[in-house]
Amino acid sequence: MAESLQFFFSGLTVGAVYALVALGFTLIYNASDVINFAQGEFVMLGGMTTVFLSLAGVPVPLAALLAVIITVAIGLALHRFAIEPAREAGAVTLIMITIGASIFLRGAAQVVFDKRFHSLPHVFATDPIRIGGAAILPQSLVVLAGAAIIVVLLWTFFGRTLMGKAVIATAANRLAARLVGIDTRRIVGLSFAVSAAIGAVAGVLVTPITLTSYDVGTLLALKGFAAAMLGGIGSAFGAVVGGLVLGMLEAFSAGFLSSQYKDAVAFLVILAVLLAMPHGLFGRGRVERV
Amino acid sequence: MRALATHRLASLVPIAAIMLVLPLMFPSAYYYRVAALVFIFALAALGLNLLMGFAGQVSLGHAGFLGLGGYAVAIGPTHFGVPPWLCIVAGAALSGLIAFLVGRPILRLKGHYLAVATLGFGLLIAIVLTNEAGWSGGPDGTSVSRLTLFGWRLSSSDAWYWIAGASFLAGATLGLNLIDSPTGRALRAIHDSEVASSLLAIDVARKKLGVFVLSAVYASVAGSYLALLNGHITPDISGFLRSIELVAMVVLGGLGSIPGSLVGAALLVVLPQTLTMLHEYEHMVLGLVLMGFMIFLRQGIVPGLAAFFARWRR
Repeated sequence: MAESLQFFFSGLTVGAVYALVALGFTLIYNASDVINFAQGEFVMLGGMTTVFLSLAGVPVPLAALLAVIITVAIGLALHRFAIEPAREAGAVTLIMITIGASIFLRGAAQVVFDKRFHSLPHVFATDPIRIGGAAILPQSLVVLAGAAIIVVLLWTFFGRTLMGKAVIATAANRLAARLVGIDTRRIVGLSFAVSAAIGAVAGVLVTPITLTSYDVGTLLALKGFAAAMLGGIGSAFGAVVGGLVLGMLEAFSAGFLSSQYKDAVAFLVILAVLLAMPHGLFGRGRVERV
Repeated sequence: MRALATHRLASLVPIAAIMLVLPLMFPSAYYYRVAALVFIFALAALGLNLLMGFAGQVSLGHAGFLGLGGYAVAIGPTHFGVPPWLCIVAGAALSGLIAFLVGRPILRLKGHYLAVATLGFGLLIAIVLTNEAGWSGGPDGTSVSRLTLFGWRLSSSDAWYWIAGASFLAGATLGLNLIDSPTGRALRAIHDSEVASSLLAIDVARKKLGVFVLSAVYASVAGSYLALLNGHITPDISGFLRSIELVAMVVLGGLGSIPGSLVGAALLVVLPQTLTMLHEYEHMVLGLVLMGFMIFLRQGIVPGLAAFFARWRR
């Protein structure tokens, strides 16, 4: 029982990070139909920028804030200089552009920062808290709280603000949104900014536990994408559930089966779910017009 | 009929000519090796292009088949004493069979869902290859015995240049003939609209499955060649980044353009070799080049340039 609880805690922590990356995928996809494979690099940039600013003597909270701002600026630049000029290109071409951007950002991080692993100080003490025989790091609670706050903020933003409703309108029908006077280009830019911010925050929060280096983005993008698809692309709720489920699957299969095959188990379950539900857990099918 | 046949394969004539003349300009064996790599990757990209460019189905896991073919020639001779050339055939058959079994359920998925399913499939193969160290040698890989044909031990780069080049031409001929056949037209119809093509009595599922199996066989043969050329193989051959590289070759060269697959492969094989001069800036430049091509030649290099020259001539 204590064992299962332990796996549950670690699955929850990892899953929260996957959920945040998947949310980033979902936001950009909804506003622009682009699958942004550079989403994992936002997480890397958040963590690495904070590390190097704090090494340069900037206090950690300020460094984290600056890191988020810098990552948002990079997200906006990605939209302005890479996605916007290729607006009418096909889906695969746009994916290739974001993959090019991800290779570029990884290469740039290797030059600007370095190729070593780095960590950040924990927000609270490093002594694990014991619950029912299992241990959980205070920092894991910080990650979970951070993820929960982001989800609540997003939910309020979309449900309560005019700007948020404009994003939803753009996601539903871009042409109709333009016709009612929504500047859809700015909305897409905004979605890149928000996704970059979410990624960067996730990077800052999780670095004390998982460490960071210039190349952590690829795997996170892959897992985040898988989580978003598991939940059903375009569904923010699905992205969160997909991320948590993926984290749990990994933690439990690593614990009970084999840590080498944890990714294999996770992807087998995703395959099985997709075969039974071709549009993910919460996605809606699109009707093809002939 | 004759005119049609010459027209259909016309694009292969300059490729064959370049293939024959190019070695005259090679100063060392290293150039043969790089050119052989270009043709090997072009073969895999060609198969993937049939799937992506004509049938409109994405695969982010095609390096999995590259790995199956590669490990077939690594494991077959050492564990079962099968001659390497037979292992190329056996690997291709195995890849085709696996593609047939996996493709049936997976190809029902569409768009990004298909992308994530194929991605998962490729990852599964990579994980098995990494962890079944008794067979595959684990993460460090294993050595591959050289190919012997009619008493010749093929280990030199120039031999592989001709084998890979000839195989690419053979694969391209098959591909071009397929495109012009009723099956090819059916595939393009599926690309445009699956519902409309099923109304035209096209067996959508079967046609998609057929081209998926064919593309798996192409990738498997390319993987076998790659392992035999290098004399060594690691699980990286079927990693996610390899799959992405194959897709990038197809898209860069031009979706649905057979010569495009060769151009895309040439670019992505040669570019990293030359970029090593830039040392740490290598990946930045590679990323920028990839983005630049996709932004300014979004249909791909070959179709994009063709359209440009057509406009320029007018």
